[in-house]
Amino acid sequence: MSRKKLIKFLGLKAGTLIVLLIAVSVISFILVEISPIDPVRMYIGEMSLSQEKLDDLNEYWGVNQSLALKVVNWLGNLANGNLGTSLIYRIPVTEVIGERFQASFMLIFISWLFSGILGFFLGVLAGFKKGTWVDKGIKIYSYIVCSAPVFWIGLILLMIFSVQLGWFPTGLAVPIGKLAGNVTLVEWLHRLVLPALTLSITGIAQIALFTRSKLVEVSSSDYFLFAKARGEKGWSLIKRHGIRNIILPAITLQFLSFSELFGGTILVEQIFSYPGIGQAAVTAGLQSDIPLLLGIVLISTIFVFCGNSIADLFYKFLDPRIKESEANEF
Amino acid sequence: MSEDKINNRENVTKSPKTLLNVSNISISFFQYSKGLKKIVLHVVKELYLDVGEGEIVAVLGSSGSGKSLLAHAILGILPGNSLLEGEMKYNGKILDQKLKEELRGDEIALIPQSVDFLDPLMKIGDQIIGDVTDDKKEGKKREMTKIFKNYNLREDIADLYPFQLSGGMTRRVLFSTSMIINPKLVVADEPTPGLDEKPIEETLNYLKTMANEGRGIILITHDIQTAVKVADKVVIFYSGYVIEVNRTENFSGNGNKLLHPYTRALYKALPQNGFKLFEGSQPMNMDKEDKCIYYDRCRQSIEKCSHSNPDLVEIDGMKVRCYVVEKSYEI
Repeated sequence: MSRKKLIKFLGLKAGTLIVLLIAVSVISFILVEISPIDPVRMYIGEMSLSQEKLDDLNEYWGVNQSLALKVVNWLGNLANGNLGTSLIYRIPVTEVIGERFQASFMLIFISWLFSGILGFFLGVLAGFKKGTWVDKGIKIYSYIVCSAPVFWIGLILLMIFSVQLGWFPTGLAVPIGKLAGNVTLVEWLHRLVLPALTLSITGIAQIALFTRSKLVEVSSSDYFLFAKARGEKGWSLIKRHGIRNIILPAITLQFLSFSELFGGTILVEQIFSYPGIGQAAVTAGLQSDIPLLLGIVLISTIFVFCGNSIADLFYKFLDPRIKESEANEF
Repeated sequence: MSEDKINNRENVTKSPKTLLNVSNISISFFQYSKGLKKIVLHVVKELYLDVGEGEIVAVLGSSGSGKSLLAHAILGILPGNSLLEGEMKYNGKILDQKLKEELRGDEIALIPQSVDFLDPLMKIGDQIIGDVTDDKKEGKKREMTKIFKNYNLREDIADLYPFQLSGGMTRRVLFSTSMIINPKLVVADEPTPGLDEKPIEETLNYLKTMANEGRGIILITHDIQTAVKVADKVVIFYSGYVIEVNRTENFSGNGNKLLHPYTRALYKALPQNGFKLFEGSQPMNMDKEDKCIYYDRCRQSIEKCSHSNPDLVEIDGMKVRCYVVEKSYEI
């Protein structure tokens, strides 16, 4: 029963994703098309060409085709996995994205995990010790971090730990003068610390504040009161009735924060010159690398969609109340 | 259910050993009204109550009269912005917050009114067994099986979540949560809300059984018939004050043995006693005590009633807060 439901759920989600991807690619393609960027001009760069050659190129790339035809061509290539060639890197977009996304994924995953666990823990602690200085400290920290922009925090960390203390390098994923293939794991992790920390610091605040307010809400619920009336108290009470009731919403929120993480990583990678997908997005935008830009739009769509779907999945299959009502629907 | 059947509870002795003694309890709340002006809201005032072993005391009052707060006060689970004054004694010992925390879940149990008081994400069995160490778990499990049998609950209910229970099951589960700790004092807060005759009967039977086992019971309710059916004593609440404490047998006939005019009006409003409705509503603002709280609705008030609120006085083992009654008994 549950297996059948899961398959149905995943099938539905996959269908939604395909429709979403088509919509996103068509819309972004049209947006690029009506932008003043001339793709052929960007392709040939600073080279000067005769009008005749230019016309040939236009003909070759199909610049003069109708918009509808262009969209259909683009979707057709997309369906075959052909995202075009990056104008900056001169290699297929899929390769650029594959490489860049790997680097970013580690950064995002580490900060996601770290901010989630630590944020949840701090939130529970603040809610448990509501009104004490521990609670106030965590709250003040969260408010400050929430209102501070990511790039500013990144710069501060850079100034303290890289410039003043010299503990970490100021940027790049590999030491200067070394080939990417020769980098040791330690060297690589060493360079990941500051960017990951920057992303985590902001992530922690949000999840901590959410967890705290949820726990405070649960603490004033009837069932919490009744548990108290039955002699339950202290940490055990929080564990049995508090955490049980807030962990699912907290995990869901953390998965929903994928989109913010993606936005954050663009800024962080820029500050730390970390060669990830975010940096590629900025470069592609600035240098009008349209194939790469469109590719990144698609991959970020998939990424955020996956986050949201996992959040959905958690709710549907872990909460006994929703599990039951869904089961009755079919 | 006939009158004699109700009251033939064999083990109600004339003077059961007092279990809980509540005297002169007041509960107030701090609230912020307009801007930052702090106001104190007096919700329960000068409350007196005695419960003996094997005795059922019904606390009767309409909603908003503060009777649920009494339950919370006894268990020490009033919210943080409240203030509890007065004295409670349990078995002769002063019942302060520390003792309450020791006794709740051990000697004092609460039976709440609805499924909202069960953790929505915890299985019923785990909630009934409660927070116990692993070595005690097995014993509690066996205990639970026994209780389930008594309450006619299927054993597999232990694996269900609260939202999967029917109303009747929920009530029996809530009773089970208190029985598993084998309490000496049970506070049942509206255990019969909106029920039909039959489930009410069933619930009251559970309470009677508990009392027959020697437990003291405080039954908080707004239903006078429920109160009269099982209780030994009825405490009447009005606007946060106890206005009368009377024996259950006096709620019979034409209600002549009832003391306070409000209690009489309440009794006469019952369908079988004439269905006489009376006008007005309970005053909520109790800060002004320049007249009797019942003055505005009272038809037999005397001059004195208009400028001071009477004290609770004892008459023949009953208690009443009324100048007119005082006068007729010539106190």
